[in-house]
Amino acid sequence: MDTVESDAPRPVLEGPDIERVLTRIAHEIVERAKGADDVVLLGIPTRGVFLARRLAARLEHITGRTVPVGSLDITMYRDDLRMRPARALARTEIPGDGIEDRLVVLVDDVLFSGRTIRAALDALGDIGRPRAVQLAVLVDRGHRELPIRADYVGKNLPTSLRETVKVQLSEEDGRDAVLLGLQQTAPVGER
Amino acid sequence: MKRHLISAADLTRDDAVLILDTAEEMARVADRPIKKLPTLRGRTVVNLFFEDSTRTRISFEAAAKRLSADVINFSAKGSSVSKGESLKDTALTLEAMGADAVVIRHGASGAPYRLATSGWIDGAVVNAGDGTHEHPTQALLDAFTMRRRLVGPDAGIGHDLDGRRITIVGDVLHSRVARSNVHLLHTLGAEVTLVAPPTLVPIGVEHWPCQVSYNLDEVLPKSDAVMMLRVQRERMNAAFFPTEREYSRRYGLDGDRMARMPEHAIVMHPGPMNRGMEITAQVADSDRCTAVEQVANGVSTRMAVLYLLLGGAVFDSKAASAISPAPARTEENK
Amino acid sequence: MSKILIRGAQVLGGEPQDVLIDGETIAEVGTGLSAEGATVVEAEGKVLLPGLVDLHTHLREPGREDSETVLTGTKAAAVGGFTAVHAMANTFPVADTAGVVEQVWRLGKESGYCDVQPVGAVTVGLEGKKLAELGAMHDSAAGVKVFSDDGKCVDDAVIMRRALEYVKAFDGVVAQHAQEPRLTEGAQMNEGIVSSELGLGGWPAVAEESIIARDVLLAAHVGSRVHICHLSTAGSVEIVRWAKSKGWNVTAEVTPHHLLLTDELVRTYNPVYKVNPPLRTEADVMALREALADGTIDCVATDHAPHPHEDKDCEWAAAAMGMVGLETALSVVQQTMVDSGLLDWAGVADRMSFRPAAIGRLEGHGRPVSAGEPANLTLVDPAYRGAVDPSGFASRSRNTPYEGRELPGRVTHTWLRGRATVVDGNLA
Repeated sequence: MDTVESDAPRPVLEGPDIERVLTRIAHEIVERAKGADDVVLLGIPTRGVFLARRLAARLEHITGRTVPVGSLDITMYRDDLRMRPARALARTEIPGDGIEDRLVVLVDDVLFSGRTIRAALDALGDIGRPRAVQLAVLVDRGHRELPIRADYVGKNLPTSLRETVKVQLSEEDGRDAVLLGLQQTAPVGER
Repeated sequence: MKRHLISAADLTRDDAVLILDTAEEMARVADRPIKKLPTLRGRTVVNLFFEDSTRTRISFEAAAKRLSADVINFSAKGSSVSKGESLKDTALTLEAMGADAVVIRHGASGAPYRLATSGWIDGAVVNAGDGTHEHPTQALLDAFTMRRRLVGPDAGIGHDLDGRRITIVGDVLHSRVARSNVHLLHTLGAEVTLVAPPTLVPIGVEHWPCQVSYNLDEVLPKSDAVMMLRVQRERMNAAFFPTEREYSRRYGLDGDRMARMPEHAIVMHPGPMNRGMEITAQVADSDRCTAVEQVANGVSTRMAVLYLLLGGAVFDSKAASAISPAPARTEENK
Repeated sequence: MSKILIRGAQVLGGEPQDVLIDGETIAEVGTGLSAEGATVVEAEGKVLLPGLVDLHTHLREPGREDSETVLTGTKAAAVGGFTAVHAMANTFPVADTAGVVEQVWRLGKESGYCDVQPVGAVTVGLEGKKLAELGAMHDSAAGVKVFSDDGKCVDDAVIMRRALEYVKAFDGVVAQHAQEPRLTEGAQMNEGIVSSELGLGGWPAVAEESIIARDVLLAAHVGSRVHICHLSTAGSVEIVRWAKSKGWNVTAEVTPHHLLLTDELVRTYNPVYKVNPPLRTEADVMALREALADGTIDCVATDHAPHPHEDKDCEWAAAAMGMVGLETALSVVQQTMVDSGLLDWAGVADRMSFRPAAIGRLEGHGRPVSAGEPANLTLVDPAYRGAVDPSGFASRSRNTPYEGRELPGRVTHTWLRGRATVVDGNLA
């Protein structure tokens, strides 16, 4: 079956690894946010939202308090809108108490060029003024194009530009995994 | 979605649901302290109005501005519409100014279609009402209003109007709103009934995807939404109906008639209302009347349309090959 | 003028024969004719018809020389195989006096490409109020026999009755543009399924049929003859068929475009399809073809209506009504009537030459292809296939609905009284 082994996506994190990594990040957030009592988690659709919800559950388990969790769609803030047909929007759901003077932790699955996070910071600015903004990602695959770094990283995954990183989560994909593969088509210049 | 929005008939069910879903997100932006989005920065939207319609124009203007587009209002009223070259010359002027989209209101049916297909301009064309043909964004905002009221803002996401019974009452013959609504509501799975005096129903209506009734009282109890069309008093002079009084008695919506509608049913009106003609003040001012809500929903819906037409790659046939195929990376731009 | 031998042509679609033209007349028709002293035109596989006669042409001169002149219009007619056209009266000034019809008649004589028979207006200024000087126009050099307010309907029943009566004195005919004006206020296209969807003002069939019904009854009542212009609906066919069954003196014409095109084309909102009467439905088209085949409709008339580009390069409502038709008429008739098996070439000669000439009482045209007759002839290559290219039109205007459409047949030669006006498809 594995005749084209080199081309088939290969798991670099499996379900239990992801569980473990999220638990660690939750502890780090509590530690760095000194109890995390003003933390608001905002996931970036699609998979960042599921990760944010999982993190919120862990934070609640650790702190015993409800942690506000929401979603932040960045589509209309993207800098590459003109490179593809118009995209469907995802839901932006800001928790009832808002983000004013809170510590917002943005949550996404993969950190790559940093442009999504740039867009997320712009989107956030139109919604309110948090006390501080931090970033949690499941995977950091490098190749940043903007001066952006994550505060909490599940796994640093050095990659080449020809490789693809695909996160699967049970809520969306039926299973948890991070897959590393090779791009099927020639690399595209834009990013 | 197609490159232009000329007719509600051009929209597939998925296109229409996408627009309504997008409008729902746009509506949420209206609740934020900062109502502006940077999405259409650098794009130019021209409101080309050959007919006066302040309501429609400011609705499109607000929509474009909330998306950060540059808006140019071009009121061509007064320039001679009977001289056909004015449309062409105006179009060429707009093209020279670099319009990315032209929102056109015109007294002649088919003028937006001509503008979109004549090769006079490259930009997207949005029909903001042409003659007695269509007014597709009005139909979209009406459908959006119905979905919100009858299904729910959140529950409605991803859904159409399957099985909802919509009644449209009034001057169907001259109504672009009715034409667009019949197409769109049918596409969205609703059952449409037109109610009007036979003089105000077009010959050929039997081929429309809807029912026709001449009896409002029979239809009201079976309606989830009743849309009252504006009836111009001048129609009386062309013998479409004998008197205003007779029209309102037979086809107007008053409190008694409204009471015969199901509890949940809503009353809609595209505005401006002729109080005392097709609708009484009691109905117009009741909680069941969505006329004001429709105006607010108009901005969200038009934002959705402008975003979906202009928010992506430029649909320039010359450049089209350069933008497709889309990059295959699933995790682009992380 | 010298001799011309047309060799091996299918005369009216029959067996190949030779036709010898000597001077202005046909000298001999037979087989194996001597070519001595004659220019030979090889016509194998081609059909020889009597020169076509159009009862309904708008030459636009005087007044709208930007769209057509008598010269350019007659050139277009020759290219289309016509040797005589009736020039409609809706010029500026209107052809409602002896002076104007004589001017048009003289311009036709000078052109030399095609005989021009002016049509006189029925009422002064086409206004439908007061009879024009019909007798004076008849007595003028133009010898007007056909009277029409075409473009407008003679809608007043009394005026129509008087006109029908009055022209009996000189065997004239009133050609009615049947359009009830009140029923067609704001009309933009055929009223029906398509108009309901497009939101364009409807031109109902009944507006044509009610006038035709009235006029055939009037013609019967006063014992005159009436001709119905550009009949366009199945209902009109029924009324004319009924009138003819009564033995009344009613004739009717159909345009090529009403034999081929339907109102579905209006969905493009392209004003090139805007015409009066409007394009109708498929059922109407089929009824018109059948009626032309069985003789209920007497003839094909082009309603050649040239318009400058700017009058069509605009939104539908602002556009002018009408299509050019002289240069494509025979091809459309071949496609819709001959290739479909409804009519043979002898039938085409009848509907496009004999009968229109007879209705117009036109002398020297619509004559049999036989010895001693005027040499007004049209040679057609029915095997030709080609897309219509308006840029090559002889007409000054280009408003054809057939641009890019492949149509069969081509006129290769036209002779007007022995003089070639078209040779190998080109103006001589």
